[in-house]
Amino acid sequence: MKRLLCSLLMLVAGQLGAVDFDYRLSARPLAENVYAFIGKTEDFTTDNGGNIVNTAFIVAAQGVIVIDSGPSLRYGQQMRRAIAAVTAKPIALVINTHHHPDHFLGNQAFADVPIAALAETRNGIAADGNAFAENLYRMSGDWMKGTEVQLPGKTLSAGVVEVAGRSLRLVALDGHTGADLVIVDATSGVVFAGDLAFNGRAPTTPHADIAHWLKALDQLDALTRESGFKLLVPGHGAPTTDAAPIRQTRAWLTWLSAALRDAAKAGLDMNDVLARPLPAEFASLPVAASEYRRSVGHLFPAAEQEALGAKP
Amino acid sequence: MKYPLTIAAIALAALMPPAEAAALRENGDPLASARWSEMQKAFLAGAPVLFDPRVKVVAPSTAENPMQVPVTVDATALPGVVEVVVFADFNPIVQVLRFFPESAPAFLGFRVKLQQSTPVRAAVRTAEGVWHVGGTWVNTVGGGCTAPSAAGGSKEWQQRLNEVSGRQWSEGPNAGRLRMRIVHPMDTGLVAGTPAFFLEEINFADTAGKRLMRVQTYEPVSENPVFTLQRTSADGPVEATGRDNNGNAFKARIAQ
Repeated sequence: MKRLLCSLLMLVAGQLGAVDFDYRLSARPLAENVYAFIGKTEDFTTDNGGNIVNTAFIVAAQGVIVIDSGPSLRYGQQMRRAIAAVTAKPIALVINTHHHPDHFLGNQAFADVPIAALAETRNGIAADGNAFAENLYRMSGDWMKGTEVQLPGKTLSAGVVEVAGRSLRLVALDGHTGADLVIVDATSGVVFAGDLAFNGRAPTTPHADIAHWLKALDQLDALTRESGFKLLVPGHGAPTTDAAPIRQTRAWLTWLSAALRDAAKAGLDMNDVLARPLPAEFASLPVAASEYRRSVGHLFPAAEQEALGAKP
Repeated sequence: MKYPLTIAAIALAALMPPAEAAALRENGDPLASARWSEMQKAFLAGAPVLFDPRVKVVAPSTAENPMQVPVTVDATALPGVVEVVVFADFNPIVQVLRFFPESAPAFLGFRVKLQQSTPVRAAVRTAEGVWHVGGTWVNTVGGGCTAPSAAGGSKEWQQRLNEVSGRQWSEGPNAGRLRMRIVHPMDTGLVAGTPAFFLEEINFADTAGKRLMRVQTYEPVSENPVFTLQRTSADGPVEATGRDNNGNAFKARIAQ
């Protein structure tokens, strides 16, 4: 009995020890002066604390440009420390690529520096930010402690901008959300795709317009065919030297929208659609089953409306 | 079996496959809900109750969108269905809808707003006066009943209120199926400043005037409701009529 109690206590202690709220971020060099923190291809859990997203930074001549700030205050703080371990230069600018919470809830850790996003992204964070944060508290638990929405104070628009002595090309697209920013760092040849591209993980669709997204993927694809292109950094999953994440994302979205449209035309009810198996091509893709279920909820009503002959 | 069955239940069990008969229970809510006895009093008072696996309630175990949780009730395995009551034990407004299958099979698909995790149940009254109860737990994160309808944010629905669209399928695996969508905010009255405003009654009839099904709907049915019915044979157009609690009526023909 005593031994059992002992091992139980050790088990409890072990569990407590595992949750030290350390994301163990280490900057992975992508090119000269360009680094990323690569998250897991999982859903938000109390184990990963929301470290399921890619964030990045560029060490420019006069300071550091941060691309997305992660899912929580703790992530932002730890990210900032990890950046400081690489360079002593100050943070010049934080950019949020779009209005999803895993990309902007670390903003608080950068409250003393300019934070910028496309106009629609700023509006989206202002409108939905608190609800998103609440949802992440539910999914990631105490990793979220102290996290509050910090709005980006500056508006970005498409075009070439000089930041901290570095020239960045900002490409304003949409489809994953109402505003999706792609950042092309011409100096290094790195293209930061945000969540327009997913690699080795099923895409998320809560604010998606699939037709727009597919168009955006064509434009993103064109960027990878430019002569200076070296590396594509997707919003989730490993960076690649080719357009593979774009092809994967396109394949998923094309299948998904056709499957939902065909199901609605065949008279299926939402529960019938949810019960359908994934095609073999996607069955082993991480989080495919849960993202499919979510996407049915997000996208099937519109497909159904069309099939029933309702006005959009 | 822990509890003895009544004579009626024994008679019923004798007509069922052994596995299903073994699952019949008069006592002990299989969904272990703290509100079961209240539900029983509210909806099924005074009549014998049987938890019956032939009453199938299909809903996702985790609802991604609490405003639009799909529910399918299939009691076609039970003979002599008179009335079906659908309720969700822990919803602020418990009663979701009632339907009376007349010449249509006892099958109805729809979507509901859920405020928190709850059992969603169908109690099916058969001709001999027994309530057969089936159900399933749905886990959700709330906000379904106290979040404003999308219509609340736009004026467009006022022009399109009670606009009906729909289709029937006469071929393929879903032959006999009818699906219908109605534009309606289905406001619960639980959002400050927005009074309850919801469809109350929908009737489906064939062109000869023979009623297929009558549906009484309540506040928890989702905005812009979509219903799925099954006809024994797809035989000509269906006339859908109904009204909301403000007396706005609609009438539409769903072609085959």
